[in-house]
Amino acid sequence: MIGSLTQRRTVVVAGNPNTGKSTLFNALTGGNVKVGNYPGITVERHVGTLRLPDLSTAELVDCPGTYSLSARSREEFLALEAVAGLPPIGRPDLVVVVVDATQITRNLYLTLQIIELGLPVVVALNMFDQLPAAGMTIDVETMARTLGVPVVPVVARDGTGIDGLKRQIAALLHAPQRARPKWCWQPTDARLRADIDAVSARVPDAWADGDLERRDAIALWALLSLDDDDELQDVPVALRTAVGERRAAADAAGRELEREIIQGRYAWIDSHEPAFLRQTRQVNRFSDRIDRVLLHPAAGFVLFLAIMTFLFQALFTLADPLIGWIEDAFALGQSGLRSVLAPGLFADFLVDGVLAGIGAFVVFLPQILILFLFLGIMEDSGYMARVAVLMDRVMRAMRLNGRAFVPLLSGYACAIPAILATRTMDRQRDRLLTMLVIPLMTCSARLPVYGLLIAAIVPGGDGAPLRQGLLMTAMYVFATLMALVVALVLGRTMLKGPRVPLVIEMPPYRLPQARVVLRSMWQQGREFMTKAGTIILACSIAMWLLLTFPRDVTLSRDYSAERATLESASIVAAGAAAEDIQERIAALDAEELGERTRASYAGRIGHRIEPALVPLGFDWRVGIGILGAFAAREVFVSSMGIVFGIGSDADPEDAVLRARLRAATWPDGRTLFTPLMCLSLMIFFALACQCMSTLAVIARETRGWRWPAFTFVYMTALAWLLSLAVYQGGHALGFG
Amino acid sequence: MATLDDVDVGSSMTLVSLHGARTLRRRLMELGLLPGTQIRLVRKNHLGGFVEVEVRRSRVSLRLTEARNLHVTGVTT
Repeated sequence: MIGSLTQRRTVVVAGNPNTGKSTLFNALTGGNVKVGNYPGITVERHVGTLRLPDLSTAELVDCPGTYSLSARSREEFLALEAVAGLPPIGRPDLVVVVVDATQITRNLYLTLQIIELGLPVVVALNMFDQLPAAGMTIDVETMARTLGVPVVPVVARDGTGIDGLKRQIAALLHAPQRARPKWCWQPTDARLRADIDAVSARVPDAWADGDLERRDAIALWALLSLDDDDELQDVPVALRTAVGERRAAADAAGRELEREIIQGRYAWIDSHEPAFLRQTRQVNRFSDRIDRVLLHPAAGFVLFLAIMTFLFQALFTLADPLIGWIEDAFALGQSGLRSVLAPGLFADFLVDGVLAGIGAFVVFLPQILILFLFLGIMEDSGYMARVAVLMDRVMRAMRLNGRAFVPLLSGYACAIPAILATRTMDRQRDRLLTMLVIPLMTCSARLPVYGLLIAAIVPGGDGAPLRQGLLMTAMYVFATLMALVVALVLGRTMLKGPRVPLVIEMPPYRLPQARVVLRSMWQQGREFMTKAGTIILACSIAMWLLLTFPRDVTLSRDYSAERATLESASIVAAGAAAEDIQERIAALDAEELGERTRASYAGRIGHRIEPALVPLGFDWRVGIGILGAFAAREVFVSSMGIVFGIGSDADPEDAVLRARLRAATWPDGRTLFTPLMCLSLMIFFALACQCMSTLAVIARETRGWRWPAFTFVYMTALAWLLSLAVYQGGHALGFG
Repeated sequence: MATLDDVDVGSSMTLVSLHGARTLRRRLMELGLLPGTQIRLVRKNHLGGFVEVEVRRSRVSLRLTEARNLHVTGVTT
C-alpha cells in the first residue's frame, strides 16, 4: 500500500461561499465524511477520505467558505488556520481552491491569497457548464499558465471532471517540489515592501514554518486583519504591535495599507484576466427576475412571511403524525418489554427509565429533519442570503443577526430543532445570543400545561372559549416580548459585540440539489441522535431515579394486602361487580403511585424547595410537577395526575384531574389552584427553563455546561421574579 | 460627487472612495468594490434598509446606512 499511515497526506478544500464547494467535497469523498471540530472553537470540521487513481489515499478537509483569508473574528481566523495549517493543525500537502467559473474575478482574489502561502494549489474551476449561459468563455490552459497552478474544469453537481481532478491531485502529491506556485501579484512598491518586511520579522516562527514566502504572506494577512478591535486572541502581541506601528505610520503619510494590498491583487487580476477570459455577450440574469419579486419592498416581505408560515405549518402538520407513530411505537415497545420481563425494579428501570429516555429524544427527530430539509433548500437555492438581508433591519434592532429569524420562529414549535438551526449563522456570538432566547419562545410542549391551567382559570360556560383563547394568545405575546427584551439586554451587556457591517454576496439562484439537501439533513439527524441523544437519555434516567427512589418508604396503607383482597374477590365476582373491582384496583394503584412519588427524592426536593415556591402561590406538590416537567414540559400534566392520585395517564381534558385540582387545598384549607395562582404558574412555565433536552442541546452546541447553566439560571430567575410579581401584586390588588 | 445611497436604481457609476470603519472598507474592497471600479446600483429597498450593487460580475448587498460611505461619480442611468 502506498498510502500507509506514516505518510498520510492532507488536502484542504477551500473556496468562496456558494461555489459548490460542499458538493465537490462530497463528490471527491463519495460522501463518507466524519464531522468533528476545529480545535478551540465550535465550528464543524468535515473530514473525508480521498481515494486517488493510484490507489493511495489522502485526508480531505473541508475549510469553511470564505471570500478572503483576512479575519476579524475568531471564526474568520479559521480560514487561515485551516488553509495555511497553523499549529496545531499542521501544514496541508495540497490545497484545492474551488472557483465558481461564472464569478471568476472575485474568486481569484482568494486564489491569489492562497497561492501566496506557498502550498501546492489546484484550482477546481466549478460550474464550468454554466459559462455559455453567462455569456463567458474561459481558456483553461492559458488560465493555468497565467496563474502558475493547474486548473481543472469540473461540474461538481454531475461529477464531470472529478476523475481528472483526482489525477491532478495525485500527480501533485507525488511531486510537491515542482508544484510550489509563484506569487502572482508582487508587492514591488518600496514603502509597502518595507511594511511587509517589518511585520514579517514578527511573524511567529511556528507559523512561518521556516518558509520566507509564507512569512511574507502571513505578514500581508496581518496587515489586513489586525487592528484595535479585532477579536483574535491567538495572535502574538509582537505581531500586533508591529502592524499597529506600520499602519499608524502609513496613515500619517496619507497611505492606506489595506487599499494598497487589495488593489494590488485586483489590479493583477484585472490585467491578466483578459488573457483567458472573454465576456462574449451581456446576459440578463435569471436571478434578477426572481429577486424583483422576492426582494421587492412590499411583495418580498409578504412572500417571506408566506414561506415562513408554510415552514411553520409544516413543522406541525408533517411532524405530528410522525411523532405520533414514534410515541405509539415506543408505547408498544414498552408494554411488550414489560410483558416479557418479570415485574420489579429492573423491568421498571428498562421500561420507564431507559426505553422512555430513548423515546424522549427520538421524538425530536421528525421536526429536526423537516426543519433541516427547509434550511437546506433555502441555503442551497441561495434564498438564505436574501433572508439575511431582508430581516437584517428588524433583527438588528434586537441585536440579532437577520438569519436568526428562522431559528426563532422554529422555537414556537420546539426549542431543540431551533437551537440546532442556529448553525446557519457564522458568528458564535450571534449563534449564542439566538440560542439563549429561543427557549423563551412558546413551544408546543407548553400548550398542554396552559390548557390545563386556563381551564382552571376560566371554567366552562358562556363565552368561555373566547376568553380561554384570548388568554392563550396573551401568553404567546407575553413570552415573545420577553424574548425580545432579553435579546436586547443580553446583546447590550454580556454578549455585546462590535457592530458588524452587512456586506454579503447575493449568489445566483440555483435549483437545490436533492443529494446535498438530504445529506445535510441526514448528517444533522444522525449527529443529534448520537451526541445530544446520549445526554438526553442520561438526564431521563436521572429523572426516573429521582421519582422512583427510595423504595423502602413507610406507606400509610398496606397497598399489597388491599390489592390481594380485591384480586381474590375478583375471582368469584362477575359482571358489574367484577368491573367495579377492576376500577378499585386501578384506583388503588394510582393512590400507591401517588404516595410513593410524594415520598420519593423528587418529592423530598419538592418539600425542600417549597419555601421558595410559596410566595408564588405553589405548594410542594406543584413543586414535584415542576421538577417532573424537567423531562418535558407536558409531563407536568401527568405528574399532577400521579401526585393527586389518579394515575400516570392523565391528559389536560381529564375531568377527574380538573376536579381534584380544584378541590386541592393548603393545610389550612385555603384553595390551592386559585385563578391567580394558575396565572402565576403559567407565567412560570412561560419563562422557566423546564426542559432538560434544551439544556442538553445547548451544552452540545456550545461544547460545555457554562451556557446551559447560564440559560437555566437566568430563565428560572426571570420566571420566579415575574411569577412573584404577578401573585403578590394580584394579592395586594385583592384578587385570588 | 454623490453617495451610493442617494443614486437612482439602475444607474452605473464609478466608485471614488470608501469611508467609515476599517472592517467595512476592507470587506467591501475584498469583494471587489475598490476606488476606480465601475459599479451599478441594482436594487434599493428602503423598507428593508439595504441596497444591492453589481460589481465585477457579482452582486453584493449592503445596508443603506453603510452605502453612505461609498462616494461615487459619473452617475449615468
